[in-house]
Amino acid sequence: MKLLYLASLRESLGRATEEVAPPGSVNNVGALVDWLRSRGEPWSVELAAARRWRVAVNHEIAEPATVVKPGDEIAFFPPVTGG
Amino acid sequence: MQQDDFDLGAEVARLRADNPRIGAIASFVGLVRDLNDGSAVSGLTLEHYPGMTEKALAGIVAEAEARWQVLGCTVVHRVGALQPLDQIVLVIVASGHRGDAFAACEFIMDYLKTRAPFWKKEATSTGERWVEARESDDAAASRWSSQKPGKQPV
Repeated sequence: MKLLYLASLRESLGRATEEVAPPGSVNNVGALVDWLRSRGEPWSVELAAARRWRVAVNHEIAEPATVVKPGDEIAFFPPVTGG
Repeated sequence: MQQDDFDLGAEVARLRADNPRIGAIASFVGLVRDLNDGSAVSGLTLEHYPGMTEKALAGIVAEAEARWQVLGCTVVHRVGALQPLDQIVLVIVASGHRGDAFAACEFIMDYLKTRAPFWKKEATSTGERWVEARESDDAAASRWSSQKPGKQPV
């Protein structure tokens, strides 16, 4: 699956995108975030539960229970500030 | 989404052309200010999430169309580098009567500010900073959810 990091998260994580292949048990957003945090810093810090960030799966706003699978585009970003 | 500026008059003319059922048009234009949170702002950069932005805006407009009589709608949001005085965002709603036009226009802006994937980075005298989301914007968007959808009589 393809991960995208946008705006301030791109800067704090030091990358805009990465391709990951987590174990098959990682089948929803919550499990994916846990798996990313388990890799240590900077994910464990930047994606900590206390931080305000959002996830979209294939361009739709997602929740922890949202299903993820190989081939999905999963974006992490801060609360939006347009307009 | 576009980097170029827009012309309110030209966009209104395009939206209302050849539609004699339109009796009211409400518009909103958002501008870059030179002050935010007490700091002088010399410019800002607008980032968005290509692919999701279009989908999010289309969803917001569709929700407005389900709640009010919308005979036409234009949403333009600029991205890239902008300066104070520049126009950032344009929303135009055409309807039969003013009530629906005003309400739908405000609704679209409130939802755009909390649901469309845009981010502002400001340049100030002390360096660049990402603009923080405001709770007042969340409150403005959430007040619509307590109102029942449904079109008013034309």
